[in-house]
Parts: sequence; C-alpha cells; structure tokens
Amino acid sequence: MKRHALSTRLWHWLNVLCVVILFMSGLNISNAHPRLYWGDWGFAAGSEWLAVPRFPGWMTIPGHYSLAGAREWHVLVAWPFALGLLFIWAAMLANRHFAQDIATTRAEWRWSAIRADVAKHLRLDFEHAGSKFNFLQKLAYGIVLGVLLPGMILTGMGISPGMEPLLSPVIDLVGGRQSMRSLHFILAWAIFAFLVLHVALVLLSHPLRQMRDMITGGSDAP
Amino acid sequence: MRRRGFMAGTAALLAGACSKISDTPTAQSLFRASEGWHRGAQRLLGGGGLVKEYPRSDISPFFRGNGSTAIDTPEYAAAQAAGFVDWRLEIGGLVAHPLVLSLDNIRKLPQRTQVTRHDCVEGWSAIGEWTGPQLSTILEGAQLFPDARYIVFRCADTLGGARYYESIDLDDAFHPQTIIAHMLNGAPLPVRNGAPLRLRVERQLGYKHAKYLTGIEAVASLEGIEGGKGGYWEDRAGYHWYAGI
Repeated sequence: MKRHALSTRLWHWLNVLCVVILFMSGLNISNAHPRLYWGDWGFAAGSEWLAVPRFPGWMTIPGHYSLAGAREWHVLVAWPFALGLLFIWAAMLANRHFAQDIATTRAEWRWSAIRADVAKHLRLDFEHAGSKFNFLQKLAYGIVLGVLLPGMILTGMGISPGMEPLLSPVIDLVGGRQSMRSLHFILAWAIFAFLVLHVALVLLSHPLRQMRDMITGGSDAP
Repeated sequence: MRRRGFMAGTAALLAGACSKISDTPTAQSLFRASEGWHRGAQRLLGGGGLVKEYPRSDISPFFRGNGSTAIDTPEYAAAQAAGFVDWRLEIGGLVAHPLVLSLDNIRKLPQRTQVTRHDCVEGWSAIGEWTGPQLSTILEGAQLFPDARYIVFRCADTLGGARYYESIDLDDAFHPQTIIAHMLNGAPLPVRNGAPLRLRVERQLGYKHAKYLTGIEAVASLEGIEGGKGGYWEDRAGYHWYAGI
C-alpha cells in the first residue's frame, strides 16, 4: 500500500505548478489597478478598503508589467487548475482518501483534543498514531480543498463579465462584483499563507522522506 | 533569510521561464485555444441570458473615461460644437442594404435603456444608465449576408497614432443588451465616454465597448482588417479578442 495514491501525487504537483503560475500572474494583474473595493463598483482613489502595494517584477509573470501577458497565463492555467480540482475530488471520494484521511471525526472537535493537538504542534511534535493526518492537518487540507481552491474558481468566474448572466445571484450574495474581486485577492493570499506553512512544516518533519514519498508514493508500513 | 532568497530566486526563475515560453508558437496557440474554451464554456453556461440591470439609485456618481477620452482634431471639435448634427454612422460590408444613419435616425429607432455595470480589464467597475437602439435592430435593417460572421466597429479616435477599432461575433451582436448608446444617465454621451455614439456589449470587458463610432461593418473574417486580431488592443498588446473573461 502506497502512502500517497498516484492520483494524489499527480494532482499535487500539477496543482503546485498551477497555483504558482496563477498567483504570480495574478500579482501582475493586481498591478494594473492596485486598489480593492467592496460593493458593486469602485474606481476612484480614496474609496478603496485596501491600497495594494505594487509587486516587483521578480514576483510576477511575466517578469515585467504586462496586463495582457499576465492574463494570457492566468486564463490558460485556470483550466488545468479547475479540471485538476474536479479530478482530485472525484478521486478522493472514489478511493475514500477523503473519508478515511481528511474528514474529521466528532471526537476530534472536542476542545481538549484540539488543545492537545495545538500544544503538540507547538512542540514541533508531528508524530501521530492511528490516522494518517492529525486534526490540524485534516482541517488545513479540508479548508484548502473545500473552500480556498474552489473559492478561487468561483470568485474568478464571478469577476468575468461573460459569466454574469449565470452568476449574478452569487455575485449579489457577496455584495457585488468588486466584493468578488476583493475575495479573489484575499483567497489567493490565504492559499499563499497555506503554501508557506505547508512547506515550512515539511522542512521541519523529514523533508527528504516527505518529498520522496510525494513523488514515488512511499509506503504505508510504519 | 536564506529561505526567502531561495523563494525569490525560484520565483524569478519561473517568471523568466514563463516569459521565454510565452513567445513560442506552442504557448501562443495554447493561449488562443484557452480563450476559445472560455468563450465556449461561458456561452454554454450563460445560455444567452442577460447581465444584471441595476436600479437607477445604484448609478455611480461619476462615470470614469478610459483609453481615449477626447479627440484632438478640428473636425471633431466642430462636430461637437454643432451638437453632432452631421455625425454619420455607416453600416456596410456584407449587408444587403448599406445604411447611413444620422443621430436623429438613431434616436427614432426603438430604444433600450439599461443600467449596467462596466468592468474594465484593469479591474475597476462603474455603473451607468445607457440608452440607444439595439444593434440587432440596425443589423436586421441592413440585412446581413449569410457569410457575415463578425461585426467590426470603426471609431473616430486614435491612440498612439493608430485608429481604434473593435469587433464582436454575431452571438454578442444580436444579444438583447448590445446597444449603440447615445445617452449616459439620461443625457447625451459625454466626450470622455465616446460622444456621440458608443457600443455597449455588456458581457465583455470595457475595451470591447468601442467609442466615437463612425461605422459598423459586417465581415466574414477578421484577417486583413488592421492587425488582423480583431481590435486595437488585441493587435497592439495581445489582449484577448474574447473579453468575457
């Protein structure tokens, strides 16, 4: 029995590539109008809730300011990103990876259990018997797979005028198109925060073995 | 610090690689293909439906002008001073009945008034009330030949020395909310917003909404028209021709 199923490994690396390209081209797009608003509309300086800093060339795709060039990457890579997410959800439900490893149990939601798990994390103790992931891991993966990644796709479609006839009730629900754009930005940074945390925790817990297992699959034997 | 340097280095490397890949024919054809997939998916999911129309109370206090916000020629200044009485919109190309319409002719056609949101490719939005005849009314009057597949919009403004133009397919041309607007918020179009006539094509981004319209041309193909990519920004900077994304 492999530690990571082939479907998980394929999607994981495809998704890394997609998220990084989407994020970096997104920062270039952000430079075109670095102000975020709430509500349906907004364009004037002074009415924004956030004046976004200008992102330097080394953080963006392409490496110089180009709204058209960034949009080409963003719009292309949105496809493997969205289809990949659809694929991993189908695979996780079919091979029971979600039910067995990611779905939390009622017992894990007890306050004492959560406190104990947090305390263990703070001691950088990541050993856990029985299940593949501990509670905080399940929660993090569940939020990324169930909220952040699908949220990027929904908010991305929500700011596309061609989707407006279909999505205008959803756009109204979040307060309007500029709110949708703000959420797209917030979710993108939430994914970036996860990425940093995820990489940091891998580096703290047998990085070479973890990397090898995510490529070859590894083995489930203790 | 070392890790930050490593991340920055990786990011810069990826940015560089992407810039190199962008210029290859494979990347270019993938970019064009993905644009088509979005158009197909949006048309399938949207099913020709209407975009949201807002109550008048939602109109933005000021409607920003972008791109050309004036035309710096004596002819335009004279036309503006005369209230655009001699302005003409020519409808030609692959049509059975070429037309030349004055503003008065356009105002006498059945009118549609819609309060819609304008989304710029840069990211901002503004809400305004637009009034004018549906493009479909004009095209039905001119009668398209069966081989007409695109509608090209000719404009009076130039940007960086080149004439602005745009084009859409028949799906957008015959959409009920695609209108030739001559009014914004109940008054004649301000110069910055395209006086005296502009296109409203509500399911696409702002750069498709050609301003200062002088002509409408039905064509079978966009090749051979200006840079061949169907619009000013498409030719010049590689912006998507389908701007519903």
